[in-house]
Amino acid sequence: MSLNSADIKRIAHLARIEVNDAEADATLTKLTGILGLIEQMQAVDTTGIAPMSHSQDVTQRLRDDVVTETNQRELYQSIAPAVAEGLYLVPKVIE
Amino acid sequence: MINKSLKQLGAMLQGKEISSVELTQEYLNRINRLNPEINAYITIDADKSLAQAKNADAILAAGKGTALTGLPIAQKDIFVAKGWRTTCGSKMLEKFIGPYDADVIERFDGAGAVNLGKTNMDEFAMGSSNETSYYGKVQNPWDRTRVPGGSSGGSAAAVAARLCAAATGTDTGGSIRQPASLCGLSGLKPTYGLTSRFGMIAFASSLDQSGPMARSCEDMALMMNVMTGFDERDSTSLNRPKEDYTRDLNKPLAGLKVGLPKEFFAEGLSADVAKVVQDAIAEYKKLGAEIVDISLPNTKLSIPVYYVLAPAEASSNLSRYDGVRYGHRAQEYTDLMDMYCKSRAEGFGAEVKRRILIGTYVLSAGYYDAYYLKAQQIRRLIAQDFENAFKQCDIIMGPTAPSTAFKAGEKADDPVAMYLQDIYTIAVNLAGLPGMSIPAGFTQSADGKRLPVGLQVIGNYFDEARMLNVGHAYQQATDWHTQMPEGIE
Repeated sequence: MSLNSADIKRIAHLARIEVNDAEADATLTKLTGILGLIEQMQAVDTTGIAPMSHSQDVTQRLRDDVVTETNQRELYQSIAPAVAEGLYLVPKVIE
Repeated sequence: MINKSLKQLGAMLQGKEISSVELTQEYLNRINRLNPEINAYITIDADKSLAQAKNADAILAAGKGTALTGLPIAQKDIFVAKGWRTTCGSKMLEKFIGPYDADVIERFDGAGAVNLGKTNMDEFAMGSSNETSYYGKVQNPWDRTRVPGGSSGGSAAAVAARLCAAATGTDTGGSIRQPASLCGLSGLKPTYGLTSRFGMIAFASSLDQSGPMARSCEDMALMMNVMTGFDERDSTSLNRPKEDYTRDLNKPLAGLKVGLPKEFFAEGLSADVAKVVQDAIAEYKKLGAEIVDISLPNTKLSIPVYYVLAPAEASSNLSRYDGVRYGHRAQEYTDLMDMYCKSRAEGFGAEVKRRILIGTYVLSAGYYDAYYLKAQQIRRLIAQDFENAFKQCDIIMGPTAPSTAFKAGEKADDPVAMYLQDIYTIAVNLAGLPGMSIPAGFTQSADGKRLPVGLQVIGNYFDEARMLNVGHAYQQATDWHTQMPEGIE
């Protein structure tokens, strides 16, 4: 699978990272090298092998449906880029 | 005093030969003097550290001290700590003040340890040389022109330069073991699930695991006693009975079956590192170990598998940095989408962006089966290699890294060459096994510098007490782990 600069820009948009043309070209070279490394996987026959997501045979725990967190809005919002009256501010979304 | 182990310093504190405030101040003085060059720490907060030390002295005076009470320990800047700036090596979190404590921080605080400061690291733990940190590169104390390894490079350099008694690290593909190897200290990545990931800034959640970095295996056992344990706030934390990791330290090694994977001694391993590792294995024979030849046939595949899985998980984890709730926000933007794209473009460094892009690509529509699913299947083959190997041996040994510390800048522009640094460590993370690196000797560089070499010890699941025993026995018979770099007195 070979990529071009337009692919890089499309992927970067999916990842919500702005890239200019020069950055896209530089990234293309590096990514092509890394994807070449990844391609080595395709030579392996994995028919019938179950994918592994965790080394231990564990399942998700359930807990009682009770409140465990206390309200710390002021603390958490003290490190936010922009807040007003307890709300996080973002650029206007709805016209 | 700076050469003393946690164990020895702890005895001095308990015996009232020194106070925690004095000890902490001694390290803070050393940090003031040496850190401007070595750059092992990103954030120091003397008031906070000394307040903890004062508190520890009160506990000690009341006779209520435990093994780590009053001991200054450096924390990798990946652990959120309440009131401490926590950057994860990124511009994205330059102004992030921790609103709560990570589980690991809570546990050290609870044990009365002193947080000596937050150590430098590759940005979001993505790197093997500490060169991707937004806060500047870290010098290797053994040769200041060389890298300390990564991503826990600041922690490794701090321990090696005696800028702390011990430190924490995290290991996703080798980030504790490789810097421990390159800086000549002991580092342990526990079985996945033993230490809590709560408050440890996420990179690749199915691989990330924290562990101790210290001068000896004995010290690491003391730290493991504090760091490990069930935490309901981490969905992958394992609920097992607490262990005493010091319990087997002094067991004899007679009859221990040590497996040597032939793939770890093949092409790619530098000859001088191979020699040091072989000498260490010869020492183990003297200690009564029996050597068994084994094979981990899928070792080579661990790198491609890792560079699918880790970026895939990272691209998902790092989507939280959107410039809305915390972290960097661009100054100028036209609309919400533009704010996301510009904030992330400005806040992340080149390597982090590359990995997010790789992860986004392999998870994008139409590619999931060819990349992510395939990688998860090969991951099982890699884990099965170890399962088969442990039928023939108790412990696996080999090099931690293919070479000693390389020069700063040498691999910085070649991601693929950098990734190969982790060829012997990554498979351990993929399988979820515990892995450790201990100092095994030195090579001589062309310009006459002594560079440390690490021996990797891989254990079966939950076999950390045995691994620490294996390391401790070696450290009783050799003195590689007590040697000190020049120029840091």
